[in-house]
Amino acid sequence: MFYRESGDFKKTYQKDNQTFPIKFDRWRYYFVMLVAFIVVPMFLTDYMANAVMTPFLVWAIAALGLNILVGYTGQLSLGTGGFMAVGAYATYKLMTAFPGMDMVSVVLLSGLITAVVGALFGLPSLRIKGFYLAVATLAAQFFLVWLLNKVPWFYNYSASGQISAPQREMFGVIITGPHATPVAGYLFCLVFAVGLAWVARNLTRGRLGRSWMAIRDMDIAAEIIGVNPLAAKLSAFAVSSFFVGIAGSLFFSVYLGAAEVTEAFGISVSFAVLFMVIIGGLGSIFGSFIGAAFMVLMPVLLKNILVGGMGWPTDLAAHFEFIIVGGLILIFLIVEPHGLAQMARVLKEKLRLWPFPH
Amino acid sequence: MKFTKLATIALTTMAVSAPVVADLVFPSLSYRTGPYASGGAPYADGYADYFTLLNERDGGIGGVKTAVPECETGYNTAKGVECYEATKGDGALTYQPLSTGITYQLIPKTMADDIPLMTQGYGRTSGANGKVFSHVFNFPANYWSGASRIINRIKEENSGSAEGRNIALVYHNSGYGKEPITTLKALADKEGFNLTLIPVDHPGQEQKSQWLQIRRERPDNIILYGWGVMNQVALKEAANIRYPMDQMFGIWWSGTDNDALEGMGSHGYKAATFHNVGSDFPVYADIQKFVVDAGLAAGDGSNVGTVLYNRGMYSAMLAASGAAKAQEIHGVKDITSGMMRDGLEALDVTDALMAAAGMPEFGPEFTVSCSNHGGPGDVGIQQWDANDRQWKLIGGFEAPDTKLINQLIKVDSEAYAAENNITPRDC
Amino acid sequence: MSADFLYIIEVILNGLMAGVMYSLVALGFVLIFKASGIFNYAQGVMALFAALTLVGIQTGQIPFSHLINAIFGTNMHHFGWQVPTIIAILLTVGVMVLFAIIVERYILHHLVNQEPIILFMATIGLAYFMEGFGDIMWGSDIKTLDVGLPSGGSLWLEEYTLGWAAEGENYYGMYLDKLDMVASLVAIVLVVSLTIFSQYTKTGRALRAVADDHQAALSVGISLRTIWVIVWSIAGFVALVAGIMWGAKSGVQFSLSLIALKALPVLMLGGFTSIPGAIIGGLIIGVGEKLFEYSIGPLIGGATENWFAYVLALMFLVFRPQGLFGEKIIERV
Repeated sequence: MFYRESGDFKKTYQKDNQTFPIKFDRWRYYFVMLVAFIVVPMFLTDYMANAVMTPFLVWAIAALGLNILVGYTGQLSLGTGGFMAVGAYATYKLMTAFPGMDMVSVVLLSGLITAVVGALFGLPSLRIKGFYLAVATLAAQFFLVWLLNKVPWFYNYSASGQISAPQREMFGVIITGPHATPVAGYLFCLVFAVGLAWVARNLTRGRLGRSWMAIRDMDIAAEIIGVNPLAAKLSAFAVSSFFVGIAGSLFFSVYLGAAEVTEAFGISVSFAVLFMVIIGGLGSIFGSFIGAAFMVLMPVLLKNILVGGMGWPTDLAAHFEFIIVGGLILIFLIVEPHGLAQMARVLKEKLRLWPFPH
Repeated sequence: MKFTKLATIALTTMAVSAPVVADLVFPSLSYRTGPYASGGAPYADGYADYFTLLNERDGGIGGVKTAVPECETGYNTAKGVECYEATKGDGALTYQPLSTGITYQLIPKTMADDIPLMTQGYGRTSGANGKVFSHVFNFPANYWSGASRIINRIKEENSGSAEGRNIALVYHNSGYGKEPITTLKALADKEGFNLTLIPVDHPGQEQKSQWLQIRRERPDNIILYGWGVMNQVALKEAANIRYPMDQMFGIWWSGTDNDALEGMGSHGYKAATFHNVGSDFPVYADIQKFVVDAGLAAGDGSNVGTVLYNRGMYSAMLAASGAAKAQEIHGVKDITSGMMRDGLEALDVTDALMAAAGMPEFGPEFTVSCSNHGGPGDVGIQQWDANDRQWKLIGGFEAPDTKLINQLIKVDSEAYAAENNITPRDC
Repeated sequence: MSADFLYIIEVILNGLMAGVMYSLVALGFVLIFKASGIFNYAQGVMALFAALTLVGIQTGQIPFSHLINAIFGTNMHHFGWQVPTIIAILLTVGVMVLFAIIVERYILHHLVNQEPIILFMATIGLAYFMEGFGDIMWGSDIKTLDVGLPSGGSLWLEEYTLGWAAEGENYYGMYLDKLDMVASLVAIVLVVSLTIFSQYTKTGRALRAVADDHQAALSVGISLRTIWVIVWSIAGFVALVAGIMWGAKSGVQFSLSLIALKALPVLMLGGFTSIPGAIIGGLIIGVGEKLFEYSIGPLIGGATENWFAYVLALMFLVFRPQGLFGEKIIERV
């Protein structure tokens, strides 16, 4: 009914290879873009922008980055928080050192700096695998946070080590700082999220992505067929860190506006992003987005229902939030270990046949 | 798509749940969960109970009822921002986040939204400069006046001089713990004592190396800037190495009832404070009568009279006084957050005002002005008496090294102003 | 002897003791990883939960009192009795066994044969769940844990060693915490009894069989489900011991669950599958991080322990990717 595939002939390789080969999918994608870029900004309230949409986009970018590493290359990493911190502090230093620089360059440069750091900390992955690697990346997490907290140069010698984003504009619209309109911040993040998702999608189906997946599926076999593990693993770390660095940069400059490394980029951040990736679906771009949506929206939603809707005391509600989120994670893993993206895929397969399943 | 659906649900619930208020709204960004819950809960109880008392006893402030919507932050900055965004639309008059991290987030935001931010004894110290930070009120004391008062106390105990003493600062390795370093360094130069910095990383359950170092170097005094589990472990380790407890000084966040749980081991430990201790004030009889006995208490009532409960209540009382002042200035009962700011800026806390609130001599007298949002920074000293299991005030509320601190505040706030293109107000 | 040298010995000894405390947490991880290949992130929360339960039972707290009060408007907190420590401990062990059965029946049973990362995720979900559940059950205020353990520095040792330093040097005797010494004894007893249990009892042999090969163990008639319940119960017991030791130090509060982070480098270094590895790893980490903090720490600003433990473990891993005592990883195409 929805997926009418008959009669949709592809006449060129290019068309055959496109991301959404089915017309309905394609239209749905255009529709989502239209909603995200035009409809949502029209109805965006301050609360929705600052507490829901912007964090969702930022976390989605971080999840995309980690998904490249964990989902596509199979390298378990718990250093996400540390890499986000690098992105955030790079942004802060760039913004304060070069006040004239436009924000897009600042964010991209922060991503690049993080990519270099990430590749450096990716070196042990050449020898260490699995959970051992996960714990080894924790070394990056703790070391980077310690370093950024310890060296006063990183936070311009302020008394408490807090960094706060000064005001910057683009095309005459304020994007960062307290006077930024929430819609501008949202759109700024959205451009990055969509752009990076596009990059990720095309990277993962190209040569590089295939070498990553070969490493993930069996690294020795991949090596034998000529994939260079050094190049594959380090490039995965670099690209992943680039994404994560951009997420950290936006997290600090657009979303929060101020940050302190020990609190904002602690180990819990690393776990949270890993959650999003696994709940969403390993090795899925779409999964990164729904994973982030789940982890950002779920607590907000629960809080609004329990406290706002049902009038519970906040502490009980907060405890129940933990129980419900924990319980939901368990239920999801039991029902569908391959994440929400797999659920969506199953649904799609069913819809393609519906209403005549035979 | 799943996401948009969820978003719609979230949106509708929020639309339904948004309370219709014509009250004076004082949102409480509390934390009753997470690693610092034991500190957040009594504070939030005190804050809420005082406003409940005002409603029950006086019918609110100037006849307008108050409302304290609570929002759980878990001491997490992102959640704090979410809470702020969620509550600011309901006519919030002022915010008290009880977290230095969240304060830093909210400083620019509140300035843009014209909502005053009250940070009693925490937050950004240089917020005391009202010329730059028009919406931050960190009276009656801040981290720097606390540190300076402790040094003054050490001087008092040692015949007026700290010259040549070895003083160690054991601090939570975060923005909060690092705050006093600048001041202490400046004071060390001025007073001629040696300062050793000993950081402890979050959460601070393992402090063996730090205390071995202290045991080896035997500093003459220890200043403790800790929060949460770090305090309990530090006091325990100090007792273990038999450090003379009366030579150890905590900032007020290290001087709560939770921290002295160790009992006899902490006997004699001192801490700075900017408000009185215990529950021997008329206001407590009222709280018992109108709030606890009426079953309206925010918590289970067990926290009444503890240090952090007092602090929450005191903060609430200051906020309420600010609101009353605002009503007086503008001649309107239903004040807005902008009027609230004016009220706070014109706040004049006198002994008479404190007594009228049922809290005679509960805190220092102070006046707020356009240029000075921090008051004189008078700080008292309390001491833990393990025999009676309670804190006792042993030093009056005295001014710290105001000149030095004002200088530091000036430097720090001007740096902030330059970084963020703020033109200092003219006053 | 010079005082400096004595200080270094003191630091090393205290590092060893701290290492034992880490090992206590790491042991629980190893037990579960060995038997089921699950990296149990919830181990720290289990320690918190066990300690909360112990204190709760001991002081006669009413479980879920906060919830009950909120719903029914009552105001009750305590039953008003005190339970003797030993009975409270036994009851807590009972609760942890119950917990193991529930985990096996409702979670693990459904996740058999999943990838390790999924199982790991599941334990994080479990950790979330238990954090909320523990708080609702027993409240989130700080509780003092008193099971009669000694604490404080050992005066005897201090006086005994006072004369060791050369004349005229500033030396105050050697410092060791009595609680740490007790913890070391408990750890030794625990490891020895665990080893005996796994070597000489039927159940223990079954445990090892499952650890070696699930399929083969199943085929000779060992019930995986029973074994898992047993392993999780033992891990729960180890968590209780860790909870008591750490709780005696800092009071029982939420932060107790964060000790899991201290155990991770120990695991990495010792190998996920070796009980002696957990102990030796703990000792190396303990001594390493304390020595580093003592010698290099002051030069670079201190608070190095958190990351140095990981870096140390990382250095070992570069040479032995499976940890010091881990089983050799054999890879085939």
